[in-house]
Amino acid sequence: MKNARLLLNLFLTFFKIGAFTFGGGWAMISIIEKEIVDKHGWLDRKEFLDQLAVAQSLPGILAVNISVAVGDRLRGVRGAVWAALGTILPSFLIILAIAIFLTPDIIKNNEIISKIFKGIRPAVVALIIAPVLTSAKSAGITWRTVTIPVAVALLIWSKIPIVSSPILYIVLGGFFGYLWFKRSLKSLHRDEKGGEGL
Amino acid sequence: MIYLRLAWAYLKIGLFGFGGGYAMLALIEREIVGPGWVTEQIFTDIVAISQMTPGPIGINSATYIGYVAPHVSGGLNGPLWGILGSILCTLVVVVPSFILTIKASHYIIKHKDSVFIKGVFTGLRPVVVGLIASAALLLMNAANFGAETESVAKSIVICASAFSLVYFAKWHPIIVIILAGLAGLLIF
Repeated sequence: MKNARLLLNLFLTFFKIGAFTFGGGWAMISIIEKEIVDKHGWLDRKEFLDQLAVAQSLPGILAVNISVAVGDRLRGVRGAVWAALGTILPSFLIILAIAIFLTPDIIKNNEIISKIFKGIRPAVVALIIAPVLTSAKSAGITWRTVTIPVAVALLIWSKIPIVSSPILYIVLGGFFGYLWFKRSLKSLHRDEKGGEGL
Repeated sequence: MIYLRLAWAYLKIGLFGFGGGYAMLALIEREIVGPGWVTEQIFTDIVAISQMTPGPIGINSATYIGYVAPHVSGGLNGPLWGILGSILCTLVVVVPSFILTIKASHYIIKHKDSVFIKGVFTGLRPVVVGLIASAALLLMNAANFGAETESVAKSIVICASAFSLVYFAKWHPIIVIILAGLAGLLIF
């Protein structure tokens, strides 16, 4: 009984978070932390930060990942399923309702709605340009390293087969990051040991 | 079979979607607009709708595109086919990270300061910036800015104002989208 109540509680907590957080990702994390650590005490802060590290290290949707990690930590796979369902369900239901009533045909053929979306589309582009700059800042991009994102962006934009695949750059970025990091660690060790090497 | 192709596309998005919602957009654009399931305009509209509704972009786009694609490119009419597509895409996009989280969380917590994980994420950081930039570039097109000089000019004004409000004035994206919609109603 106690188990079922915790699962329901997990579901409802993440449902609430999913239903009221706009913007996804980091906006959700701080609210999840408040609910999980401060309000329910399901995890202490260090455990929560560990689970956050897991969620960030894996692909996929950050808010879903953190709910899966927390649910799994508390009640195994069943906890993970209920927590994930809670996070997903609000946006699923809202978007489904929108998709049923606001079909592409209506957006295109209704004169008023079509005008509204003509105004919205260029603003959406602006909403994506802004995080380019903020993420470049937080990634510590300099005039020298800026060539990487510029090349990646232009090649994906080019739509040339194979080289325009975003997956390619995700794999390459991870691979070369690993090589580079390993090499710089080695040379650090070498310096400490007075040029003995490893 | 439209459902198999949709599932395959969203499996890839779920498996390679690093760096958050905006970085996933380039991947979603390639998998979704590429095969012609939705037009570039609808794709942009989905991003706008995602911004104005709660929840992550990854889920929102999976639900909307899953609903629309069976009709648009499978010729399957009626809401039930759409709902089936919605459920499929939404589940498939979370399955890879769901399994990985459960299977790998122990390993990652133990090794979160390891060379491998640190190195991989150091390398991914500039790529993520490029992914977001490519999404912005891909959307700066005639579908979103219009084809005639007049509508291009109006669109650029909206884009530049929206950028200043979000980036410099730190206005909330939802308010900026609503204002842009009102501006569109007035000037188009």
